[in-house]
Amino acid sequence: MLPGMIPNEAELTAGVKIEAGRQYGFFTDTTLCIGCKACEVACKEWNSLPADHLTLTGMSYDNTGALSSNTWRHVAFIEKVRSDGADGAMVLPPFQSHWKMMSDVCKHCDNAPCQEACPTGALFRTEFDTVVVQQDICNGCGYCVPACPFGVIDLNELDGKAHKCTLCYDRLKSGLEPACAKSCPTDSIQFGELSDLHRRARARVQSLHEQGAGDAYLYGAPGGPGATGNLGHLHAFFLLTEQPEVYNLPSAPSRGADRVLPSLLAGLATAVLLTGAAFGFLLAV
Amino acid sequence: MARQSGRIIIVQEGRFLLEDDAGSHRLFLTSHSLNFNPEDLRALARGQQRITVQYSEPEDLVAGLAESIELAQPSNGNSANPRHGLGATLRGFLRDWSLPRQAVGQSDRSDAAKSTESHQLKARLAEADQVGTSICAYCAVGCAQLVYARNGKVIHVEGDPRSPINQGTLCPKGAATFDLLNSPLRLNSVLYRAPGSDHWERKPLDWAMDRIARLVKRTRDETFVQKLPNGSAVNHTLGIGSLGGATLDNEENYLIKKLFGGGLGMVAIENQARVCHSASVPSLGATYGRGAATLAQWDLANSDCVVVMGSNMAENHPIAFRFVVKAKQRGATVIHVDPRFTRTSALADIYAPIRTGTDIAFLGGIIHYLLENDLWFKDYALNFTNISTIIDHRFKDADQLDGLFSGWNEEKHAYQYDSWQYEGEAVPSSLAEHSVNTAESFSEKTKRMEKGPPPRDPTLQHPNCVYHIMRRHYARYTPEMVERVTGCPKEIFVKIAEALARNSGRDRTGAFCYAVAWTHHTTGVQIIRTAGIIQGLLGNTGRPGGGILALRGHCSIQGSTDVPTLYNMLPTYLPQPQAYKSHEAFADYLKAETTPTGWWHNFPKYAVSLLKAWYGEHATRANDWGYEWVPKIVGDHSQLPMTLAMRDGVLRGMFFLGQNPVIGGSNSRLIERGLAKLEWMVVRDITETETAGFWRSGQLVRKGELKPEDIRTEVFLMPGSLAGEKGGTFTNTHRLIQWHDKVGEAPGDSRSELWFIYHLGRRLRTLYADSTDAKDLPLQNLTWDYPLSDEKGEPDAEAVLKEMNGYTVADRKQIASFQKLKDDGSTASGAWLYCGIFPDDSTNKARSRKPDGPDGPGTHLEWAFAWPANRRNMYNRASADQEGRPWSERKKLMWWDEARGQWDGYDSLDFEPNKAPDYEPDWSQEPQGMDALDGKSAFIMIADGRASLFVPSGLKDGPLPTHYEPVESPVRNQLYGQQDNPVAKKWEAADNRYHAVGDPKFPYALTTYRLTEHHSGGTPTRSVPVTAELQPEGFAEIPPELARELAIENLDWVVISTARGEIETRALVTERLRPFMIAGRKLYQVGMLWHYGWSGYATGDIANALTAVVGEPNTSIHENKSLTCNLRKGRLDGRPQTAPVEHAHRLDVVIG
Repeated sequence: MLPGMIPNEAELTAGVKIEAGRQYGFFTDTTLCIGCKACEVACKEWNSLPADHLTLTGMSYDNTGALSSNTWRHVAFIEKVRSDGADGAMVLPPFQSHWKMMSDVCKHCDNAPCQEACPTGALFRTEFDTVVVQQDICNGCGYCVPACPFGVIDLNELDGKAHKCTLCYDRLKSGLEPACAKSCPTDSIQFGELSDLHRRARARVQSLHEQGAGDAYLYGAPGGPGATGNLGHLHAFFLLTEQPEVYNLPSAPSRGADRVLPSLLAGLATAVLLTGAAFGFLLAV
Repeated sequence: MARQSGRIIIVQEGRFLLEDDAGSHRLFLTSHSLNFNPEDLRALARGQQRITVQYSEPEDLVAGLAESIELAQPSNGNSANPRHGLGATLRGFLRDWSLPRQAVGQSDRSDAAKSTESHQLKARLAEADQVGTSICAYCAVGCAQLVYARNGKVIHVEGDPRSPINQGTLCPKGAATFDLLNSPLRLNSVLYRAPGSDHWERKPLDWAMDRIARLVKRTRDETFVQKLPNGSAVNHTLGIGSLGGATLDNEENYLIKKLFGGGLGMVAIENQARVCHSASVPSLGATYGRGAATLAQWDLANSDCVVVMGSNMAENHPIAFRFVVKAKQRGATVIHVDPRFTRTSALADIYAPIRTGTDIAFLGGIIHYLLENDLWFKDYALNFTNISTIIDHRFKDADQLDGLFSGWNEEKHAYQYDSWQYEGEAVPSSLAEHSVNTAESFSEKTKRMEKGPPPRDPTLQHPNCVYHIMRRHYARYTPEMVERVTGCPKEIFVKIAEALARNSGRDRTGAFCYAVAWTHHTTGVQIIRTAGIIQGLLGNTGRPGGGILALRGHCSIQGSTDVPTLYNMLPTYLPQPQAYKSHEAFADYLKAETTPTGWWHNFPKYAVSLLKAWYGEHATRANDWGYEWVPKIVGDHSQLPMTLAMRDGVLRGMFFLGQNPVIGGSNSRLIERGLAKLEWMVVRDITETETAGFWRSGQLVRKGELKPEDIRTEVFLMPGSLAGEKGGTFTNTHRLIQWHDKVGEAPGDSRSELWFIYHLGRRLRTLYADSTDAKDLPLQNLTWDYPLSDEKGEPDAEAVLKEMNGYTVADRKQIASFQKLKDDGSTASGAWLYCGIFPDDSTNKARSRKPDGPDGPGTHLEWAFAWPANRRNMYNRASADQEGRPWSERKKLMWWDEARGQWDGYDSLDFEPNKAPDYEPDWSQEPQGMDALDGKSAFIMIADGRASLFVPSGLKDGPLPTHYEPVESPVRNQLYGQQDNPVAKKWEAADNRYHAVGDPKFPYALTTYRLTEHHSGGTPTRSVPVTAELQPEGFAEIPPELARELAIENLDWVVISTARGEIETRALVTERLRPFMIAGRKLYQVGMLWHYGWSGYATGDIANALTAVVGEPNTSIHENKSLTCNLRKGRLDGRPQTAPVEHAHRLDVVIG
């Protein structure tokens, strides 16, 4: 028996002290992922999210399908075992290959389009620089849903509110690593201070290149693919070995707000033209 | 709209978990019109307020939608109030609304947008008032968990970051532990099914206990046999059996064997270990001395080459695989050999596809490659193995006899082992079956081992030394032959052999990891033996990062093997007395089972101490310590024959203690027919298993073959408890014995097995108290006085563990080491091998939780306790060379300190602490026991101290592993005329037919396995929503080429059939399976999941309806990894492809 929870447990599990005012995030290294879905379960266990859609999808071992209001971690499975030829893979590059597995999650964008779209202030940026829907404010208007370039945030029709990964906001406040990252058996999901994770991730890419896994690259790290369209960097970023689309990630996601000005201008221009035309018509008459 | 009353345990966002008055749990989402907000719900939880929830059940969701909540009692003002009035809501909204604050220029990255809820938020763990240390109740990796409770209710379970095994992590099953404890399908009261009834009835626990005790007495009295017709005493009953133990605590297993075996005289006592890893015991035992994993899981991180074969490690032991990934990150080569490309293959450097059941051909090929290319580690093998030992000149090899060895008796279908012995002397086996089926002079011949060292030729010139016998035996296992038999391209095979050789030697080590894909074969023991030979040749065993890791399935399956709920052993590897061996009197038993040389010379001390622990003051020298009360076995009483004994009406009453044979047993329909013949059965589990409900929803009832009214079996379904709800120990896959705390209460009438067995025993002792019949003496004389630890009458598990450890009889002091046990009745020890775990009255080493720091040696000697004597890497004498020096600085573990005259190192030494490397026995004194072993005898349980590359005694199917095809195979054996294992146990009958070789009606190879998302038979994951949804339906994996041939599309329904039965399932067409070219023809393999059934949230047909009752000769383990089948598109009974999947049934609907 212990007297209580281990203080600052994240120091033991992730080697990081969690403090307000710093930036935290996830680095998901798919080359270490064994597709066990511990992250999906740990997330549901911690957040009391219900199981749903208990049917076989036939999409490899993925019966989750997508992120949703009830599912905040989703492991995608992509089989490419015999794409190299009839004999298939036998001598393999180091770490994960040929059966790609990747645990997807909310990206907690630096410029979060969902937050920008939220009219109530329910979506806010926490003291850990993560993006959270505050359930006591959300009125379920759903504006955030189409704003997300990754299709992450989802409205639950049953409770009428928007839900997504909170990066375990409550756990961070109590010095605990987020549930998914803590549970991950092979440390494919790593939690930490963003700058630290960036350093770690770049070193990992370099090491993989040296070992012969030349396809490895970062998605969502500053300046790289995924961190496009004025989203800034992604607080949940990934090491991938295939094109983003293979994992159902957009190759160049962008911020809805950036499309507002041009479309606003275009709309205004149309209005002006139409008005002009109308006047012209009236004058002609 | 449904209603449920109870208390809120957890609130997360707007969702909450309700515990009802009977201890059952349900998760709720809150409707947007609910009259309580999350803050209020939290207050209700804090105040432990009883509420009634009105809810609907949305489709496709395992949760309720709460529409309204009523307080059961009026609010006392301190607890929750319903949703605040309009004014308060408006004030709250204005306070929380961020726009005004942002309008005055506060950044969106400030606290400006933070709501009240966000301000107050903290992790619920911070509110825990009790944090227990526990061990995961799923597999045998032994992950440590922390169980958090508030007000006596468990609120969360997660990984213990201090554990050197899981370091805070958990796999999908372990991560679901909280949901397992709180599964909506968990039982909370006794359910009873009267003979012929079609429904369950709820019954009081006390009533059930009384009725069960009376039934046990009736059946025992009707079936008890004191003497066989030939006059030899057996004192047993064959009429009652018990299955289960691997999911239970060691203490529970101990009491089951003690009461059922030592008290009641039952012999048919078995558990999942029989059908899981029983093959590991004789294989590793005969090779190295002890039948268990040689190294700790965390030590894999120190390996330079990890071969995963016979295992899908990343899926089935994800946390153990953590250390393979760590090794890879340090530069190791990771190899996976498997019929399917799995989640393990995806992380490998080399993946070798092989046809199922051809492992010995592959591994034998490696032995051939190492010997012929001179790649073996000579200093190690010459000193520490029997490679130079000379074998009897009459020995003839399978190479000469077309697949048979000398000594074959065609009539008896068995071998005589005389010609397999060392030249001039017989070698007793290190297994618990020392003298089985051998020449009569055997025990006299073994005495010659005291007269001198075994005949050896260190120059390896003698044609009959093991080295040359092996070279001849494996001569035909060339890379070309490997390709022809296994289907693996020879280039890939050679790459693997070279990687292994390159990563072994003074400076490098490699490890093998295997699981049930090696054990589930009629050649299972010999497959594992082959790896044992390779590791002996390469010098990997006993060294850091080297050895063989048996990956076992259940949380205490190692424990239920050690403290065996198995028919053929008494606690910790003492043989169960056998009526047809020379075991008549205690003196005969000791004479037959005590080896003249090596550690097993201590056998009498352990046997007497066990009898003292069981029968206390009633065990005296005058009555041979009560030896006669221990029931004698008369044959094979293991699980497969038990299923036949049920069918044949020999077994009349059965206990199923956390085991579900309708899913996990072979030929599932035959098992159901057996259940229907029982007079009574007791199922103890956490939910209604397919075994418990066979009479209302079983395969035969659903097919109309049986009707509930015709089934006379009286059934008791009793709710069990789980780790976290009871205290006790599990033994993990690397022999680590870890305690788990009791934190919360199990729901309703759920009780531990310790409670059940103790109170059943108490009631039976009362029923038999006045008997004067000699047959009842064992029960009357059993020591059965355990202190109770709570008001429910739960026995104190630590008291049981203390008895297992051992104590002095005179003053009842705990004993610190098995070296202190005596054969004069002055010591008692219920499980000698566990001695040291409770060395004094207040020290329970299974509870110790001190990992080595990052700079420590990494053996973690103060994290729990490992048998034997806390050794983490067994045979670690071999980590130093013949002169006692570490083989290299990099692979340093133990070494001889000449100056101090003792061994030193980082592990607990598996040798005599003061025996110098150059010690030689004084043969003129005819030394016995350890005195007869020299300073290089790293394998002390073996009679000559050397790892047995060649096994002279103890194995029924040969001294060297030989490739035989599975009993059902699509092809002929290409290596020998002998098709399959000549000694395989076959029980062919009308309801258990086998397919002939190459039978065109069953053209495909079939293999069965499980997924990481489900555990064993699936009971503890199919009943848990969050794991069930990950793999919600059964399916078969089919290679695309075969799917095209049969016009099967992905997700189509298909029918798989064998001579035993047919099932329907969905098709998953995948490139991960591939065709093989074998003997000039294209051969397909079909993969089928075996962990589905029709209870729980994830469902599917039972794969074991297809499998046969056929057994491995040494252990009677089944062959479910390799059989043949037919496959077609379609469904059973003419159902259309589009018919909906049947939904899981819920108990509450059917209780009458």
